[in-house]
Amino acid sequence: MKARILVSFKDSVLDPQGQTVRNALHTLGYDAVQDVRQGKVFELDLSGISKAEAERLIPEIAGKVLANMVIEKYTWQILED
Amino acid sequence: MKFGVVVFPGSNCDADAYHAFRDALGQPTTYLWHKDHDLKGVDCVILPGGFSYGDYLRSGAIARFSPLMQEVREFADKGGLVLGICNGFQVLLELNLLPGAMLRNKKLKFLCQYVTIRLENDRTPFTRKGTKGQILRIPIAHFDGNWYAPLETLKEVEDNGQVVFRYCDPEGALTEEANVNGSLHAIAGLVNKRGNVCGMMPHPERAVEPVLGSEDGLVVLQSLLEKIS
Repeated sequence: MKARILVSFKDSVLDPQGQTVRNALHTLGYDAVQDVRQGKVFELDLSGISKAEAERLIPEIAGKVLANMVIEKYTWQILED
Repeated sequence: MKFGVVVFPGSNCDADAYHAFRDALGQPTTYLWHKDHDLKGVDCVILPGGFSYGDYLRSGAIARFSPLMQEVREFADKGGLVLGICNGFQVLLELNLLPGAMLRNKKLKFLCQYVTIRLENDRTPFTRKGTKGQILRIPIAHFDGNWYAPLETLKEVEDNGQVVFRYCDPEGALTEEANVNGSLHAIAGLVNKRGNVCGMMPHPERAVEPVLGSEDGLVVLQSLLEKIS
């Protein structure tokens, strides 16, 4: 079973790296891009647990380790059974 | 007073800290390996600068789970003195022993330079040798030193007098230019509510001898020896 977790800054936190990417895109003429938020993707390969257990485990791992909840938020999905 | 310098894989200021506390301060100092569960009876734990675990995931995020950190947390909970310098500060934030988190420096550059910082609270075990308003010249070397906290946390930190250092210009004024990494309220160093855990981005251990260019870091080191009145 594979799970994908996306960690990014909370909306209230400035993302200077995302802003730099946005500015670069503007330099290249992609003026339609209003904003860029940069984040991290984690893909977990899980085995030996049920889907229900995974659904409990993934947010626990994301909140405890993968994201720093002071500045970041996360979303997650199970990719395959 | 016995000092213990924690060594993580990727620590690179551990030897500097060891030298500063043993030779410049003249106190018994020992290394503490992060995999051990033994604080060797030290009176003060130093979390040194560096790039523990290559700064993977986030600065200090993996070091937080090192076995020894369990003992460090219990030690801190009992009122033991813990000083985190640079990466050590980041570890203390990840451990939630200090409030807030670090973001990348505002100009997205690694900064390696001298800064001037203003001592904001001289009643902590880390600053009582100095005086409020005193300006110290101490080097920094970091990529993620842009301290951030939600507004209510920031207010609490200020109201409790937990700010110990702020980046300032050489005259002591708080200017945007002097706040090199963009930290909220120019915060360069903090203590916890109880006052026994301190984190700071500037490196006092790199400013303890004239040959290093500054001795201002001794204020922090010598404060730790002061008897509590």
